[in-house]
Formats: sequence, structure tokens, C-alpha cells
Amino acid sequence: MIHSLFLVNASGDIFLEKHWKSVVSRSVCDYFFEAQERATEPENVPPVISTPHHYLISVLRHRIYFVAVIQSEVPPLFVIEFLHRVVDTFQDYFGVCTEAAIKDNVVVVYELLEEMLDNGFPLATESNILKELIKPPTILRTMVNTITGSTNVGEQLPTGQLSVVPWRRTGVKYTNNEAYFDVVEEIDAIIDKSGSTITAEIQGVIDACVKLTGMPDLTLSFMNPRLLDDVSFHPCVRFKRWEAERILSFIPPDGNFRLLSYHVSSQNLVAIPVYVKHNITFREGSSQGRFDLTLGPKQTMGKAVESVLVSSQLPRGVLNASLNPSQGTYTFDPVTKLLTWDVGKINPQKLPSLKGTMSLQAGASKPDENPTINIQFKIQQMAISGLKVNRLDMYGEKYKPFKGIKYMTKAGKFQDLPTQ
Amino acid sequence: MTDSKYFTTTKKGEIFELKAELNSDKKEKKKEAVKKVIASMTVGKDVSALFPDVVNCMQTDNLELKKLVYLYLMNYAKSQPDMAIMAVNTFVKDCEDPNPLIRALAVRTMGCIRVDKITEYLCEPLRKCLKDEDPYVRKTAAVCVAKLHDINAQLVEDQGFLDTLKDLISDSNPMVVANAVAALSEIAESHPNSNLLDLNPQTINKLLTALNECTEWGQIFILDCLANYTPRDDRESQSICERVTPRLSHANSAVVLSAVKVLMKFMEMLPKDLDYYGTLLKKLAPPLVTLLSAEPELQYVALRNINLIVQRRPEILKHEMKVFFVKYNDPIYVKLEKLDIMIRLASQANIAQVLAELKEYATEVDVDFVRKAVRAIGRCAIKVEQSAERCVSTLLDLIQTKVNYVVQEAIVVIKDIFRKYPNKYESVIGTLCENLDSLDEPEARAAMIWIVGEYAERIDNADELLESFLEGFHDESTQVQLQLLTAIVKLFLKKPTETQELVQQVLSLATQDSDNPDLRDRGYIYWRLLSTDPVAAKEVVLAEKPLISEETDLIEPTLLEELICHIGTLASVYHKPPSAFVEGSRGVQHKRLAGSAGSGESVESPDAGSAAGASEAPPAVIPSQGDLLGDLLNLDLTPPTTAGPPPPPSSGMQMGAMDLLGGGLDSLLGGDLGGSPAMGAGFAAPPAAMPASFSAPVSSGLDDLFDLGGGVGMPMGAYSPPKTVWLPAMKAKGLEISGTFARRAGVIQMEMTLTNKAMSVMTDFAIQFNRNSFGLAPAGPLQVLSPLSPNQSIEVTLPLNTVGPVMKMDPLNNLQVAVKNNIDVFYFSCQYPISMLFVEDGKMERQVFLATWKDIPNDNESQFQIKDCHLSSDASSSKLQGSNIFTIAKRTVEGQDMLYQSMKLTNGIWLLAELRVQTGNPNYTVCLKCRAPEVSQCVFQSYEAVLKN
Repeated sequence: MIHSLFLVNASGDIFLEKHWKSVVSRSVCDYFFEAQERATEPENVPPVISTPHHYLISVLRHRIYFVAVIQSEVPPLFVIEFLHRVVDTFQDYFGVCTEAAIKDNVVVVYELLEEMLDNGFPLATESNILKELIKPPTILRTMVNTITGSTNVGEQLPTGQLSVVPWRRTGVKYTNNEAYFDVVEEIDAIIDKSGSTITAEIQGVIDACVKLTGMPDLTLSFMNPRLLDDVSFHPCVRFKRWEAERILSFIPPDGNFRLLSYHVSSQNLVAIPVYVKHNITFREGSSQGRFDLTLGPKQTMGKAVESVLVSSQLPRGVLNASLNPSQGTYTFDPVTKLLTWDVGKINPQKLPSLKGTMSLQAGASKPDENPTINIQFKIQQMAISGLKVNRLDMYGEKYKPFKGIKYMTKAGKFQDLPTQ
Repeated sequence: MTDSKYFTTTKKGEIFELKAELNSDKKEKKKEAVKKVIASMTVGKDVSALFPDVVNCMQTDNLELKKLVYLYLMNYAKSQPDMAIMAVNTFVKDCEDPNPLIRALAVRTMGCIRVDKITEYLCEPLRKCLKDEDPYVRKTAAVCVAKLHDINAQLVEDQGFLDTLKDLISDSNPMVVANAVAALSEIAESHPNSNLLDLNPQTINKLLTALNECTEWGQIFILDCLANYTPRDDRESQSICERVTPRLSHANSAVVLSAVKVLMKFMEMLPKDLDYYGTLLKKLAPPLVTLLSAEPELQYVALRNINLIVQRRPEILKHEMKVFFVKYNDPIYVKLEKLDIMIRLASQANIAQVLAELKEYATEVDVDFVRKAVRAIGRCAIKVEQSAERCVSTLLDLIQTKVNYVVQEAIVVIKDIFRKYPNKYESVIGTLCENLDSLDEPEARAAMIWIVGEYAERIDNADELLESFLEGFHDESTQVQLQLLTAIVKLFLKKPTETQELVQQVLSLATQDSDNPDLRDRGYIYWRLLSTDPVAAKEVVLAEKPLISEETDLIEPTLLEELICHIGTLASVYHKPPSAFVEGSRGVQHKRLAGSAGSGESVESPDAGSAAGASEAPPAVIPSQGDLLGDLLNLDLTPPTTAGPPPPPSSGMQMGAMDLLGGGLDSLLGGDLGGSPAMGAGFAAPPAAMPASFSAPVSSGLDDLFDLGGGVGMPMGAYSPPKTVWLPAMKAKGLEISGTFARRAGVIQMEMTLTNKAMSVMTDFAIQFNRNSFGLAPAGPLQVLSPLSPNQSIEVTLPLNTVGPVMKMDPLNNLQVAVKNNIDVFYFSCQYPISMLFVEDGKMERQVFLATWKDIPNDNESQFQIKDCHLSSDASSSKLQGSNIFTIAKRTVEGQDMLYQSMKLTNGIWLLAELRVQTGNPNYTVCLKCRAPEVSQCVFQSYEAVLKN
């Protein structure tokens, strides 16, 4: 099982270590540093590294490497999932997961790690339970603690840990009972130069914020459940019911949680919400290149495309770019050669465009790589897959809750391949 | 007010200050001080000097303070064992606390204190906690057993904690079940043979019930444990699969992958025509695709496993090619894995798409990735024949880019394409030669040289090209030097008139000026070949090469099967068997997939061995053709063509060179006309083999005749057990040996089936025995005459004698064997039935028997039961006689037949037996008397084996 954990910052210092069994010397991280040196980019460090006596499994999040040390055969995914859970917990507790935040709360961090893992076995990883055991630090509580001498550590047994619904604590009470669901879809697509889709897939999630008194039993049904053929559920969802009736039936955890995530991949179902027309050319022998790019909406069901951000890694030979945006602002970083254009909202009547010239290194030959264009955007009030919630019902409690459902589509890895 | 202030204290006297604070009367100050101590500890400062002061703070009602002290204790108890004893009392008290949280906390912390002295005190509290009424305490205690086992395994066994832990598998609370499974799995890892997790249908049912209700982590433990179970039949297998399938929709990817493992393994048991089988295949694809949208680290592990899955069952993901397309911002380790899988999934249907992608990748920035992409194009050409032409033209396009590493990589793969499709794409050689100068990597240079040598007859200036390489011969890497040597020799054999000078130059460079033994040896071999028999040289050097196939980069099937059983583990990430690399699991049992009855894929069953034996593999009877040829030539010609030693090189280099120019060249030119004696001998070989194969049945017929003569009154032959696998292929680099022992016509024989499960040819077999109880030793060399090619089996019979060195073994009939081949030496041990050693003259005179029976002290008598034997006493008697157990007298007392029997071992030890058979009772009793009572157990086993077969 998991032996030890080292946290390593971007400059390669170990700033926290935790051992659940016997102490493993820090020097074991040397193997990790070696791999880190070899990697060209920080994210290219291989996640599983073998050393003569241990295995190092690492994840990189928020520019911190979480390096777990294991000694015997342990499923690596188990370790990686656990590390991600640690990061999520830190973020949940401290708002951010940075070196400074971890150092500021080192005792809480230690207590958390101690509660999450016992002798390498996961113990309590549900945020509800942890929060009952160790109260998250707030400015108010810290002050109160200092004055009264009370502590962050909860004084009772985390009741949820024992019930058949371990994700929900008992005796929850709210004056305003409300349940909100956000359907958020990210579209990943690669579009080739002729505008046809090479791959397109949708990663969707339904995140919930449920603040309901008692033990409510919710059911959520969809207008078009057939869209969801590849889904991962929160443990609270009754799988049998879904299999039989395509209805989500569950006793929700208290607070924020991810009800389900899904994946829509067959191409005919994926509508592409924006299109890009671009023409980036370099001529042989000339020190100038032309840049011409126009964006437009496509299949958005009348909803506005917002927060559009276009970025492109221009070839190394480009010295500078002098461009003229029809709206928004653009920046070009001559060191990283990264061009970013903050477009804002797309107005279908007046399509945004970015035109102009790029100056090349004098005498250099025509760059042979062609820039890929990445687009980010948001569309409110629409799930691009067409998924729609039909109704939400509550059983088991008497009050009338307030219900709300929000849809949003975002670009995930949305790329337009180069012209040639 | 944050904790970071604790990091800033590095002043002198810090420890002293903390000590004062820890002993303060104020609760608040105490707690602050403990916090400071913990903070110092986390950053690696040594605060062990404060041990007594911190332990003093332990007796408190404040839960946080208690926890902090516990944290400290876990860290430092090891360095202060005497002090740690002070804490024991508090632990014991806390284990009785009314609050289950405190009970659990105490038992948890206790287990983390890795001090031998303390562990003894902890047994009682732990025992109570394992039976606690609160499941939270029970589940914590379960893990504590694993901790304790890690510290003191013997203690855990003596105290019976393992049994308690096993009982917890049937606990009513799913969380307790999951933790018990996790703890048992961890303990089992250090006890490979203890059979701790004894899985039967009842426990499986309990686990499956708990699976639905426990936490995600618990599900992983339970699924991994389920994967070790072997269902009794396909129906059980299906019902487990049905109950595991919902786990595929779990949000935790480790749960998903463990579920995939269980399904992949149990699917083997299902008949392929079952509807459910198809449904299951369909259900496996979406979760695997979903794993690829997770974080890159998860993707990496998932991809490594998908790599295995597509090799075993390509049908699952054959329509999902697109999800493996590389995204430009994937980390490099994900990109490389995706490429690998793209090639595995490439087929005629999707090859156009794949090639377009690969071509795109080849223009990316990352050098490693580009190289692999170019290589991938070559592998596509080899895998999908229809695409070869397109691949070659894509590669030529890439060569035109003149990007150095792209060109080099392209040349390396084009060489492979030539080997797969000879005489098809050689028109591109011209283009390749244009890039000769830009090649600076050994692999690319070697590939180019190989191409020039192989196609020397089509390249007009081949000699010039090779000569240009020869100039810097000494600066080249060995790989290039070897290739250059071979290429020039090839060139010489193809165009002998123009290249004599070149070949002499390279031969002298290789043999005289090089320090590399490989190079020198190869140089000498060519030199002698060319000087003694250029025709043979031509046959050797220009021999037709076998086509390469895509299988070269597939994982060996036996290894793949094992890895499938380990999906989701480190083994699956490294694609190595777990025994090869995980420390502390010395005795990992090899897991195999259980083949379904109809699949026909099952391997190494004894039946398969005997089936092969029935068809009687020819090499066992007939010596291989090569040797026959040698014999034939030995008869009438003095210099043998194959095995003969070459003329001694002692005459010096000049001599060799002269030879080369003289006779060598002449006969080379003459050899082309086909008039050489060697060729004639080659033709003569096949007819020579015929009589030998005819003679085989004749001689065995004769044996039969002898058998008849000697077997009067002996209805059956000596018992010989069925063949069992002695040396699995996994342990012997692909060589599998199964075998048995037999006594035929008074000769002890070891009958073996050697199977080559590796990818390369095996030769040079030899065998040796370790000293053993009865001095068994091979009576002759192991007769494996022809090389054993991949997937071939051969039957070998090795006669044995009993004159070898003697050493007592345990068990007595244990035999340790070493088998050598061209790859390595392998060791295994097997047990022979002792009945094999019963000699034919083991019948004792009646009087002698009586006297001896009385003479041997009663202490030496031992008695055994043989159960469920349904033979009459006469049938038993004749059956035993076949194995040289002779009945001397028979007596019937009160419906019970008493048979008095004797036998004699090869080393002269007599054994006397009394076999009691009661009519209607299937249980026999054997009473054995012998001066060497150690053998009794073995003899009894033989009795049982003979009577029951």
C-alpha cells in the first residue's frame, strides 16, 4: 500500500513529507529528480518511476508534484486516484492548493493525511466525513480558536462513516431547502483545414449543490436519456434503477458533489458550435507572412458564444506580428511565440476577425511547421449534446425544496489544424 | 494566524524553549507547543529529544491534542522504545473508552508504533477491538492486524489473529469486509503459500454483496481479490461477471480498471457463442474510452493496460481508433503510448486515417515523438499489406523533408519493409542512397549499409558507397562495423571480380585491427568460409532470410496471459511478470487464464502432451538430416562439409589471403554452375533418410516381440504416471518440459516432451542430475538432434542407470535436474514413483520371507490405508506384479484376503508387505516392513498409484 508521500515544488524542493509506515529516506526522490531533469516540460515527467527498492507514482497538479512511494504491488491507478483526491481535499479546505497554502496549514494538512490513509489503506476520503473530523480553517474559526482554546478537530464520531449511506451525514438541517444542478459540457474537437471534423467528443458532468434537510431521496429524469450510454456515477446513484428505467435515483450527499460524468463520442451527435476560417501563409524568400483569421458561430441554437479566446503557437521563425483585430485585444509573446486573442462575444451579424502581417527573421527559410489554432469559448443555457433534464422529484421529506437547473457548454481541447 | 509561523523557528535553544512550553500548566500553551513540535517534525527536524515531555501531554480529554501526540508517537517511538512503553497504559485505557472514535484512534495508532517490546502489550486490546460492537472500530482493527503482521508475523499467527481476520470476511458491515480483504491480501503477499484467502462460492457471494455497498477503495480491494478466484464453471463465471459489470460505471478509474480485470479474466471461461459474451464485449469498450478523458497520469496507466487488452481481444476497441489520436498538448508519455495502440488497432479499414495522422505527427516538434511516428508508419506497412505502398510513398515524402532525424528513422524502417516484402519496393533505393551523407546515427548507418549489401547487384556504385564507409571503419560503432563487414562480403559474393581488394581490406580491418571479439570472430568465419568453400559461403551469407512479421513486437502469449490476470497493477504498466520485479513477493504464483472448454486455446495439459506423443514426432526416432549427411560423407569423403574443423589459421594472414585469391575464387565461379560435390551430397540426403525411418517400426516391432516373451503371466506393463509439467515455459525463457518416468524392459526411462514456446530456435540441449537418493543418472546424452523451432514439440526418452553419486533427498524420491540449451541453463525438480526402482528379481523365497518378516523389528512396520479401490485381490496381485511387486503367498481369514508381497529396490533393499483386502470393502490396508523405514511412505504412494491406475 502507499508508504510515503512527498510534495515537491516547481523548483525541485521537497517541502512536505508524510510516512504511513516506516520512514523512507528522502533520497528516494533523487530518482524522481533525475526523471524531472530529463523531461523537457514539467508535465512530461513519467507518472510511474521504478527505483531499485520502491516505485514512485506522481501526479502534477497546481505546479506541485505529489510523489507517492510504494514498495509492493499496488494498483497504480489506485494511487493516482488517491493523490488526486488529496489535491481535491486540499483545495476544498484551503480554497487553493499551493505551496504557501499547504505550509500555512501544515498541521491541518498532517491531520488530513493521517485521516485519509491508515497504514497505506484509504480511511476517510469523503469530504463530508473529513469535514466532520477536521473542521476546515476559516479566519473566524482561527480567531475563535485562539481566544477560546477550542480546536479544529471534531469531537464526535463521523456518523456517516457507519451508515449505509456513508456519503451523507445525519441530522442535516437547513432553513432554505434548495437543490441546484449544473449540466456542464466540454467539447473536445479537432477540425482539419477543410473544416471537417476529425474527432469530436463531449465530456459532460452534472455537478450538484444540494442543501436539503433530513434524508431526502431524489429522482432525476431526462428528456433524452439515450444520449447517456457511457456514464460514471457518484456512488450514491442506484445503478439498478438506471439500468432498468434510465432514471437517476439517489440520496444526495450534503453540499457540493459530482452526480455523474458522461461521455458522448459518436460524431453525428456532436454539433460543432463555432467555425474558423484562417489563412496563415509564408512566402519563400520574403521576410513577411500573412495572417488572416475569422470566427463565426455554427449550430448554437440561437445562443450567444461568449468568452472566446483564440491562441496559436506561431513558428519559431516569427519575430513579431502586427495584426488588426475587429474586436477584442490580442497579444504576441516574442519569446514563447504564443499569439493570444481575447475575442469576447461573437456577434453573428459582424463576425470577429484578426488580420495583418507577421515579420520573420531575415534570411531564415520559410518555416515548415504550421500553427495549430486553439479556441476556447463558453455558451450559456445550452448543452451542446442536447441533453435536457425532464424533472426532479423528492421523496422521503415533507417540505417543498427550491430546484434549479443550469446548462453550459465550454470548449475543452478544441483545435483547428493548420493550413498547408 | 497561520501555521507557517512554526516554520520560522530556527533560533538557538529552540528545543529548550519548546520543552518549557510543553510542561506549561496552561492547556492552550501546551497545545501550541505540540503543534510547533509537529510542524518541526514534518519538515524533517529532529525533535525526538522532547519525547518524554510530549508523551506527558497524552493524558488529556482534548481530542485534538491527543491526536497530535499520537502523530508524534508514531514518528518517534522507534527511536525511543523504552520511553514508548510509558504510552502503553494510555493506549490500553483508550481502547476501552466509551467513544468508538477514541477506541478506533487508539487501536490505529498502536499499530503504527513499530516497536517489538510494545507489540506484546497490544495483543489483548487488539483482540477486543476485533470483536468490538462498533463496525468502525472493527474495520480499523482489521487493518491493525496487517500492521502488526508487518512488524511481527509470528506473533500474529500465534495469537490467532489471522483466523479472526478470516471471520471478518463474513461480517455484516461491508466496510469491515473490505478492510479485512485488504488486510488479508497484504498479509498474503508475504506468505505466498499460506492460502489465506481461501475463496469458495460462499465467500465469493459475500464479497459480491459487500462490493455493492462499500467505499470505492474497498471495491478495489474486493475486485482485486475476486480476480484471484477460479470459477467452477461458465455459469458461475457469468453470474460473477453480471454482478461486477455495474462497477464499470464507477467514477473512480481504479475501480473501473479492476472490474475490467475481473471481466477479462472470467470471460475466458464463457463460451464464445453465448449471447452474454457478446454483450460483455460491447460493455467493455465505453469505460476504457472514458478513462482516456481523465488526467494524463490516469491516461498513461490506462493506455498501458489497453495495450494489453487490444493484444488479447482486439475486437473490443476496433471501432474506437479515433480516441487514440494524439492531441498536441498530451504529455509525451501519453503520446508515445497512444501511437503504440494506434498501430495495434490499424487494419485495412482504418489505415488511410491512421496514415494521415502519422504523417501529421512526423512534422511535430518533439524529436522522440517524431521518431516513433516514423517508425509507426513502417510498422503499419508491415502489419497491413495493402497499405505498404502508401506507407513507402509517405516515407519517401518524409525523406524529402531532409530533416535529419526523420530521414534516419525512415531509412531504418524501410529496411524492415524490404525484409517483409522482398523484390517489391527496391526502386526507392536510389532515393535512399542520396541521403547517405546525412546519416550520423549508428542504427541508420547500419540499416543503409545492410540495404546496400543486400541489393548490391542493383546498385551500380555499391562498391564505392561501401568503400566510403570503410574509410572511417575504426570510428564506427560495433553495430555499423559488423554490418559493413557482412555487406562487403555479400558484395564480394555477388560481384567477385571487382571487389577483391575491398573484401581483403575489410577482413584485415576486422581481424587484425579490431579489439572487438565479435567482430574478429565474424571476420575469421567469413575469411575461412571464403577461403575453404566459397559455395558454402554463398549459401550461408546469401541465404534466404525469413520474412519478418508484425508479431515481433507483440508480447509473448504466455506472458500476455499472465499480464491480463494482473491488469491494473504495476506489472501491467511495465509489461513484465510480477515475479520479475516486485520485491517481497518471492513466491508470487503465476496466474494463468482459464481457457473455456470450447476455445481450444488451452496449453500444456497432459492430454495434449500424450496426443503429440501418439503421433510420434519423427526427430526422436530418426537422427536429423544434417547428421545423416555428415555420416554419409564421413564414409567416403575425408573432409566433411559441415562439422569438420577449418584448416588451422596458424599459417598466418598472408596464407589466408593467398587462399582466398586462389582456390576460393575459382571454386566460387565454378560453384555457380552447380557442379560442386557439396551440392551432390545435398541431393543425396533425402533418400538416405528413408531407410532410417523404415527401420524404426521394425525395431519397435522386435521390442514388442520381446515384450511378449518376457510378459507371460504379466497381464499389464509397469505403471507409469501421466506426464506432468516439470518446467513451465515462464520459468525457462520459453522452454517447457513435461515428462514422466517409466520402467520398460528392466530399464528406467525418463520420458520428456520438450516444447519451444519462445520466438527463437533452441539447440544444444544437454541434461544433468543432482546427486539423489538412489544414484539415478542419465545413461547417455540427451538426444535432441535437430534444433527445436518455435512452437515445436519433441519427445525424448532418456535411459537412466542407478550408478550415480548418492545423497539422501527430502522427499526421498526427489530428483533435481538441470537442462541446458543455447539460451541458458534451467533447473527444476521432479519426483519419480519409487515403483520404477523395483527390480525384476524381487521375488523372495517363502521361507526367507517368513524369516525376514520376523527378523525386522516391529518399530519398522508401518501401516497405510488405500481408499476406494475396487479390485479383487487377484486383480490387485497381477496389477502389482506388472510393477515388480510380487505376491509370495495368499491367505484368507474370515473373508479377508491377505497377500504377502515382496519387492527389491535397485540398491538391494528388500521390502516386505502385507496387503489386506476384504471383499465388499473398498478400503485396503497395506502393512510394510523394511530395514530402511524411510522408504515406506514412497512405497505406499506407489501402491496407491499402481492400484488406482
